[in-house]
Amino acid sequence: MLLSRFAESLYWAGRYLERAETVARMVKVHTELLLDLPRAAGVGWLPLLAVTGQGEEFLDRHTAPEEEDVVEFLATDTKNRGSVLASLAQARANLRASQVVLPREAWEVVNNLHGWAAADTSGAIDRRTRLGWMDHVVGQCQLLAGALAGTMCDDEAYGFLLIGRHLERADMTIRVLDVQAGVLVGQSQGGVSGGPGALGGSDPPDTPYRDVTWMGVLRSLSAQQMFFRTEGGGVSGPAALRFLLQDERFPRSVEFCLAATARGVGQLPRAALPLASCAVAQSRLRALTITDRFTPGELNQLVDELELGIGEMHEILARTYFQLEGVPPALVEPA
Amino acid sequence: MPTRTEPRWSGYRSPGFFDEMLVGGRARDACTGVVRYLASLGAELLDRQRAAELVIQAMGITFTVYSEADDGDRSWPFDVIPRVISTQEWNAISAGLVQRLTALNMFIDDLYGSARVIADGIVPAEVLASSTNFRQQCVGVRPPGGVWAHICGSDLVRDRDGTVYVLEDNLRVPSGVSYMLENRLVTKRVFADLFRDLDIHPVDSYPNRLHDTLAGLSPRPGDRPTIALLTPGVHNSAYFEHAFLATQLGAHLVEGSDLVVDSDDRVYVRTVRGPVRVDVIYRRVDDLWLDPEAFRPDSLIGVPGLMRAWRAGTVAIANAPGAGVADDKVVYAYVPALIRYYLGEEPKIANVPTYLCGDDADRSHVLANLDELVVKPANESGGHGVFVGSAATLAECEEMRLRIEADPRNHVAQPILALSTAPTLCDGQVVPRHIDLRPFILSGERPYVTQGGLTRVALGEGSLVVNSSQGGGSKDTWVLDPTVFGPPVLDPTVFGPAELTDR
Repeated sequence: MLLSRFAESLYWAGRYLERAETVARMVKVHTELLLDLPRAAGVGWLPLLAVTGQGEEFLDRHTAPEEEDVVEFLATDTKNRGSVLASLAQARANLRASQVVLPREAWEVVNNLHGWAAADTSGAIDRRTRLGWMDHVVGQCQLLAGALAGTMCDDEAYGFLLIGRHLERADMTIRVLDVQAGVLVGQSQGGVSGGPGALGGSDPPDTPYRDVTWMGVLRSLSAQQMFFRTEGGGVSGPAALRFLLQDERFPRSVEFCLAATARGVGQLPRAALPLASCAVAQSRLRALTITDRFTPGELNQLVDELELGIGEMHEILARTYFQLEGVPPALVEPA
Repeated sequence: MPTRTEPRWSGYRSPGFFDEMLVGGRARDACTGVVRYLASLGAELLDRQRAAELVIQAMGITFTVYSEADDGDRSWPFDVIPRVISTQEWNAISAGLVQRLTALNMFIDDLYGSARVIADGIVPAEVLASSTNFRQQCVGVRPPGGVWAHICGSDLVRDRDGTVYVLEDNLRVPSGVSYMLENRLVTKRVFADLFRDLDIHPVDSYPNRLHDTLAGLSPRPGDRPTIALLTPGVHNSAYFEHAFLATQLGAHLVEGSDLVVDSDDRVYVRTVRGPVRVDVIYRRVDDLWLDPEAFRPDSLIGVPGLMRAWRAGTVAIANAPGAGVADDKVVYAYVPALIRYYLGEEPKIANVPTYLCGDDADRSHVLANLDELVVKPANESGGHGVFVGSAATLAECEEMRLRIEADPRNHVAQPILALSTAPTLCDGQVVPRHIDLRPFILSGERPYVTQGGLTRVALGEGSLVVNSSQGGGSKDTWVLDPTVFGPPVLDPTVFGPAELTDR
């Protein structure tokens, strides 16, 4: 039987590891993207801050979104609780607190990764070493996921790690869509021949760059290759959105993450309430039809509803399993 | 190729001290095989030391040092040369430790019960009245079997003449046993060949025996009581050991906030399945922090209501709250008398002669001979506040004198013992270093003493401080039967030439 405290630590470890991996990947992809875009495209570093929801926090401390400042803020600034390094520190602290239920190697991977990242903060910022730094973080997070999958019992402890990972992943995918897809959907409104507010507006003056950025969205979620395999090539707004929101097989789609969360929760005792909250978000997603006429307003509303749903799932999980709210004492006697 | 200097054994001497392994350049009986083997390794001994250090790093065996920044985990310092004790000697020591713990437990039970020992004038009432570890909240409680100190770590030292003394008994939350177990794993890896040929007693039954001792305390007899190991948390210096033992025991590793005491006076652990009743708590939290309702109200690491549950008998706590009363170094002085009083036997292990500064005659003697004595605070552990007269400056002596006069009850003094030495690898050479030994004693239905224990070694030349927090290291401790040795039994390819010479 898993202690509530360990469940909570593992859940947060899952969330922070996922966040570290995702932010590192986004910084990497955005760095690559800017190499492709002309300055005139006007795409700077603000969208990245918008994804993490930290534009204001950043501008409180910096006058303008200069590349090095933004990268430092997102990668190695320990005062920013959402930075890669701060996320790794949180993941490490949580795994340390629940070390006894983990395979020893898992702790060592996180411990080493955190030590490495903390010792080489300049490597994250310098353009020449940045991509390698981000790759290392992503790679080690994936190594850890593999080590856990390969050495840990598929029990409640592993379950909470996975629940944390999938909720965070759903959350990050939604944030990326909110900001980046939001920008793209908005751009097409002003398109030459496209209908007002429609996604499929064709031939705006900056066409080549529009394709590049839809690919950027896919790439920042490691979705590009699987998207092409599934959709058979050619990037269109509706197809990309459908893939990232509703695909049942792609492990970073919102649908997949919610289903994985529901599967994990289903293994737990007293799961009725948490499962119900998963089901609300899932049914919202399944009822959605994305067409060429999908508007920024619709996207905003969807994002808001999904974010609320994820927030509520978190609250209910915490109350049910971490705070043990409403559970009578002595509910369970040892077997 | 650079040539390495071989560690030399033939010139090894430890003048003025009892050496555990060699005397006058010859191996002691129990050590013949081991010494011949180690000497035959030549420079390879250094490789084995390095291999041991790598094993320790890879296994993540660490200890925590408070003063360091961050979480301050350091690799466990380990000397690859084992410390050897003969089975015959160890059996005698074991019997003495069991005798000692039996008397100590009877004493604690008596103190919190009818206090016969005071009424009969064996221990003066003032000792009890002024003891900082006597807990009024425990008076009248009768733990199962009258046992209060289920787990004890006693420190043994050997003086110049070979006599083994108990230096102190740790009855509160003794630590170190996990390092004893890990040390053995390390030497098994680096000296696998020796384990095949020598009859070295295994140490790894300790976790099972500890489990049985704890399970035997359950207020709900059944085959699988719920056991929780209560730790102050991840920042405690012994957290590594807490996690290690919890895993070995199949116990929940809990912090205070994981436990709740309900209005039914039962203790529950908060799990994702809901609260689960706890039968036995192996606590590694000091008395005063256990329960803010009963002791320090500012304790954040305790469990409100725990004492209530314990007094109601719904949960067992090991060691029992209040057991530390016998940990007092003033009480230590009375242990031989307690053994005679409760058991009608003579002590089987010697006590170091102890002067109680609370006694006028003793104090005069102590103050007149400070430079020849060790002075200790009565209720500290971990070597804190220990004054060694022979190493003190005049100013330090004066300061000690003032401290004794200000609080005589809480100071005891003992003659300076010449701690025995054992060969230790330092900078590639085999040199004598001072050591002690901490065996662990389990008291319950079936008493148990570890085979050997944790040998601690003071790594600095001439140093007597063995605490790992102050530059001490450790050795594996091998209890083995020398009567199985002899040329016919030994494989010469493993044990090398019979004469102790360097290659």
